[in-house]
Amino acid sequence: MLQEALPPPVPEGAGVGRAGLIAGVRAGFPFAIAGGILAISFGVVAQDIGMSKAAAIIMSTIVFAGSAQFAALAIVGGGGAIGAAIVAAALMNSRFLAMSIALAPSLPGGPLWRALQGQATVDASWAIASRGDGTFDRALLFGSTAIQYVAWVGGTIIGAFGGGALGDTDRFGLDAVYPAFFAGLLINELHDRRSRVVAATGGLIALVLVPIAPAGVPILAASLAALAGLTRQARADTAAVLQAEHGS
Amino acid sequence: MNGTVLLIAGCAVITFLIKAAGPVFLGGRDLPIAFRSVIMVLAPALFAALVATQALADGKHIAIGPETAGVAAGALVAWRTRSIVGCVVAAAAVTALLRAL
Repeated sequence: MLQEALPPPVPEGAGVGRAGLIAGVRAGFPFAIAGGILAISFGVVAQDIGMSKAAAIIMSTIVFAGSAQFAALAIVGGGGAIGAAIVAAALMNSRFLAMSIALAPSLPGGPLWRALQGQATVDASWAIASRGDGTFDRALLFGSTAIQYVAWVGGTIIGAFGGGALGDTDRFGLDAVYPAFFAGLLINELHDRRSRVVAATGGLIALVLVPIAPAGVPILAASLAALAGLTRQARADTAAVLQAEHGS
Repeated sequence: MNGTVLLIAGCAVITFLIKAAGPVFLGGRDLPIAFRSVIMVLAPALFAALVATQALADGKHIAIGPETAGVAAGALVAWRTRSIVGCVVAAAAVTALLRAL
């Protein structure tokens, strides 16, 4: 019965309005600032391993995936093979597979258009666009990703051109920026007992796998903790959320 | 030079494919309750894993350092103020301070 009561994946008339995009840009702004700081350190690190300014900026422009870019540079900088660096980037990005699957039903249109919309998947935007009922607001997703993209490319340009003046960015604690960014995102998600238990379980799964699996795999594997959403109680709670939304 | 082109192109293509995969193969369908239930707790699982692997490990070793304390300070700020910029700045500041000591 509840199944029938569910709305279609994309509600009618759910175009991407100007107001929604602007709300997305606003919501994404603080994350864009944090991401921009990170991008500056990416620009510096890229220089350190001998990448040209142009290459660093082009990489941020067309890859636009912070953790993957850092992972790839770490491999190349350590004398590793290009293929190994690409694999490392893919593994770091594997969490986006889980996120893009979650997002899929909320994206309308043909396969190609959906593939393009999926490119807006970045960590903070994905969290911002989540409506808390398993669906996502596209306008918020696009708006918040747009501002973060500008900051990511802009920060890389600043780092590439001005990085020489900075020297060793670890001195400024910039290596703590990335995990802190995710800690901030995590804290926003901890609103009930279930989310806290899932977070603790996910963190534990990842830590157990760190010594034995390649970087990135522990993160994807941690998504198994989300199977806690399959318990009878969790499904009942989800059904209650959906009924509260559409019941009136 | 060619290596750099290959690296960037490879990373760009693989990232595109990963982000496209979900929407291409699973887009435009209805959502069972169970699917939604799992999605609703996916974020805490993934973000906790990202924090744990970066703040409590160095490469393949479990390790804590100045950045662990920095991230803890940032988390505290995020918890009390809900400010992501405050969180990141506090984390960097505490880490830098501990390294300078």
